[in-house]
Amino acid sequence: MRKRTFVRTLVGAAVVAAFSGIAYAQQGKPVKIGLLATLEGPFAAGGADGMRGAELAIKQRNGVVAGRKIELVKASSDAKPDVAVNATRKLVEQDKVDIMVGPLSGGEGIAVKEYSKTQPNITFINGSSGAQATTLVNPSPNFFRFNTEGAQWMVGLGKAALDKGYKRVMVIAEDYAFPYSQVQGFMSEYCRLGGKVPVKAWVPLGGKDYASVIARIPKDVDALVVVLGGADAVNFLNQYEAAGGDKPMVGGSITVSQDILNYKGKRRDSLVGTIAGSPIADSYDAPEFKKFVADYQKAYPVSSGAYPSPSLFALVYYINMKAALDGLDAVKGDLSDGQKKYREALQKMTLKTPVGDVKLDANRQAIGTTFITEVVKDKQGNLYNKVLRKVDGIDQMLGMPKEQFQMGSRDVPNCP
Amino acid sequence: MSAANWRNAMNSGAGRAAMLNRGQAAVALPGPGIAWDLKPIFTAISFRHVAVLLFLLAFPWFATPFFTFQIGAQSLALGLIALSLTFLGGYGGMVSLAQMTVAGIAGYMVAIFGAAAAADSTISLGWPWWLAVLVAIAIATVCAAFIGWLSVRTEGIYTIMITLAVGVAFYYLCLQNYSVFNGFQGFQRVHAPTVLGVNLRDALPFYYLVLFWSLAGYFFVKYLVRAPFGIALQGIRDNPRRMNSLGFNVTAHRVAAYAVAGVIAAVGGVLLVWYNGLIGPGSVGTSWLINILIIAVLGGMRHPIGPFLGAIVFVLLQTFAIDVFDRERFNLVIGMVFLVIVLFSPDGLLGWWAGLKSKFLTPRGDVR
Repeated sequence: MRKRTFVRTLVGAAVVAAFSGIAYAQQGKPVKIGLLATLEGPFAAGGADGMRGAELAIKQRNGVVAGRKIELVKASSDAKPDVAVNATRKLVEQDKVDIMVGPLSGGEGIAVKEYSKTQPNITFINGSSGAQATTLVNPSPNFFRFNTEGAQWMVGLGKAALDKGYKRVMVIAEDYAFPYSQVQGFMSEYCRLGGKVPVKAWVPLGGKDYASVIARIPKDVDALVVVLGGADAVNFLNQYEAAGGDKPMVGGSITVSQDILNYKGKRRDSLVGTIAGSPIADSYDAPEFKKFVADYQKAYPVSSGAYPSPSLFALVYYINMKAALDGLDAVKGDLSDGQKKYREALQKMTLKTPVGDVKLDANRQAIGTTFITEVVKDKQGNLYNKVLRKVDGIDQMLGMPKEQFQMGSRDVPNCP
Repeated sequence: MSAANWRNAMNSGAGRAAMLNRGQAAVALPGPGIAWDLKPIFTAISFRHVAVLLFLLAFPWFATPFFTFQIGAQSLALGLIALSLTFLGGYGGMVSLAQMTVAGIAGYMVAIFGAAAAADSTISLGWPWWLAVLVAIAIATVCAAFIGWLSVRTEGIYTIMITLAVGVAFYYLCLQNYSVFNGFQGFQRVHAPTVLGVNLRDALPFYYLVLFWSLAGYFFVKYLVRAPFGIALQGIRDNPRRMNSLGFNVTAHRVAAYAVAGVIAAVGGVLLVWYNGLIGPGSVGTSWLINILIIAVLGGMRHPIGPFLGAIVFVLLQTFAIDVFDRERFNLVIGMVFLVIVLFSPDGLLGWWAGLKSKFLTPRGDVR
C-alpha cells in the first residue's frame, strides 16, 4: 500500500514536473536581441561604450524580461553602411534575433532602416545613430528611435553661443549626415537670433590632416563650432593646438563626450569653457540619472577599460535597449503575430529614461530632452560637463512649423 | 600575330551571346584553329566539375536565404571582381590594385544613370536599368583600359603603386565630389530590377543571377587563356622582350588585358552594388582595394577558380569570425587565418589543393 502511494506520488510529481516544464518552455523561451555597434574604425571606443550601455539595461533586469531569458547576440561594423547592413542581416537572418538594436552612426542608421523594410516581422530599434533622414525621409514602419537625433541635441545652443558673445563663428564638421543634422540644429537657432557663420568646413570622416582647415580659419570669428567625433576630434584638437590656435570652441554632441574629455593631450585644458548641446550631461543631478551613472560605474569599473562616467553612446544605447525591454514587459513577452502588439506598445509607451521621459512621434522618432552644457574641471582635475540649461520636449521639427523646416545639408541653413 | 587577330579573339568572348556566335561560326566554317579552341573545354570536363556545378545549382534549395544571399551571392560577386585580378596578375603578370575601383566605377554609374535615391539630391537620371547597366559597364571598361594604359609601362611594385594611386584618387574624388558622386553619403536604394516578374532583389533569383555571371566569367577566362590572345599574354608575362622581338605589340596586349579584366570587374561591380543596395566612397576605399588582392592571393592566382575559393573563405571569416572569438578581437582571427594560408602555401588555397593532390594521387604530367 505504502509502496503504491509512493509510486503514485512519484508519477504525479513527474506529471506536474512535465507540465510545468512545458509551461516553462512556453513562458521561458529566451528572447533573442541583436546588438550592433562599431567596434572597429573611427568610433571603436564609442561603440564599445554603447555596448556597455545596452548590456547595462539587461543587467539591471538580471538578464530576464517578462519571464523570458534575454539572449544577446552582438555584431560589429566599422561605421560603413554596407558593413552595418551585412552585420544586421547576419543577426536577423542567420542568428534569428527577435529584436534588433543598432547601429551607431548616421549613415549606417539610414542603411539599416532601408534594410528593415525587407524584414517586416522583426522590430528594429536604433542604437545611437542620429541622422535626421532616418525617420524623416521614407520612414520604415518597423524602425523605432527612442533617442533624439543630431539636430534635436543642438537646440538651445545657438542662444547659448550668442549669450557667450560669439557673434561670428566658423563651422568645422565631418562631411556626412549626422554632422549636417547637428549643424542645422545649431545654425537654425543661431542664424535666427542674428549670429553669422561666414565659413563652413566639411572634412572627411576619419580624416587625419586638418592643416588645410586650420589655415582657413578667419581671423575675425569669435569661436569655432567643432562637430567632430572620436579620433577625429582628438586629431583636430592636437593639430589646432600645434598651430597655435586659441579660439574658444562650441562643441557638437560627440565632440565633448566623455571619451573626448578623457583624452590626454595638452589642448585638454583649453576645452574648459566649451559649450555644447547634448542629450547627456555628466553633472545632471536628477536621481534617475545618478542611479544610472552609479550602476554604470559599478558594472564597469575604470580598470576594465570603461570611462569614469558613461558617454553619450552608453546612455543612448541604454535608452534604446531599455525601450526594447520595457516594451517586452508591456506585452508580457508576447511577440506573436509579427510582433504587432509589441510595436503598438512601443509606439504608445512613455519611456522613463535617466534624462527624463521620452515619447514617440508619428514617424517613431523620440521627442525628448537636450542639455546645454559647459566643460569645467573638478577638484581631481577631471573634466566634466556642467549643465547650463535643460530644454524639454524637443520634437524633430525643432519647434518650427513643418513648412519652414528644411533638413540639414552642406548648404542648408546658410547665414554668411 | 597581329593586333587584329587578338582583337577578334577578344571580341568573340565578350559575352555569352558572342560565344554562341563563335560556336555557330565553327559549324559553318570548321577550321583547325577553332576546333583546337573548343576541344580542351569538353575533354577537360570531369566528375568533379559536374559535382561542383550541381552543388552550386542546388545550393539555395538546402541553404537558408541568408546563406544563399550573404554568403553565396556575396562570395560569387566578390570572386568575380577578384577573378579580373587573377586574370591580370596570374596570366598577364600585372598586379593591379585598381580592380575594385573599376568595379566601383561601374557601381556608381549604375546608381547615377539608373534609379537610386541620393538622400537629398536629384543626381540619378533614372534611365531604364538595362541601359544604365550597359553604359556603366562600357564606361568602367574604358576607365579600366585607361588605367591599363597609364600603368602598363611599369613593372612589379611600380604597377601596384600606380594602380593604388589611381584607386585612392578615385576614392577621394567620390568622397569630395558632390555634383556627381554625392560625397560621403553616396547613393542609397540602388536595387536590382524586376525582370519578367522576377524580383532580382530576392535571395534566390539574385543568387542565380550572380552564379550565371560568375560561371560566364569563369569559363570566359578559361577559354581566353587558351585562345591566341591569352597564350600571347602569358608569353608576355614570361618574357616581354622576346615577345616583342617576335612581332607582338606588348603594350597593346597589356592594355587589352586591362580592358578585358575591366569588363569582368565591371560586371562584378554591378552585381555587388545590387547586392549592397547602396554605394559610397567606403565601397571603393583602400581597404576594399586591398581586400580584392587578399581574396585573389588567398585563393591562388594560377587558376580562375582561385578567386572564388578565396572569396568564400573571406566572406565566411568576415561574417562568422565574431562568433568564434572575442568580440573585440575578432579581426585578429581574420588576419591570422590569412597569414596561415599564405605562409604555408605561397599559392593560396589552390596550392594546398595541388599539394594534397600530388600527395594522394599519382602525379600526372600536366596539372592544368
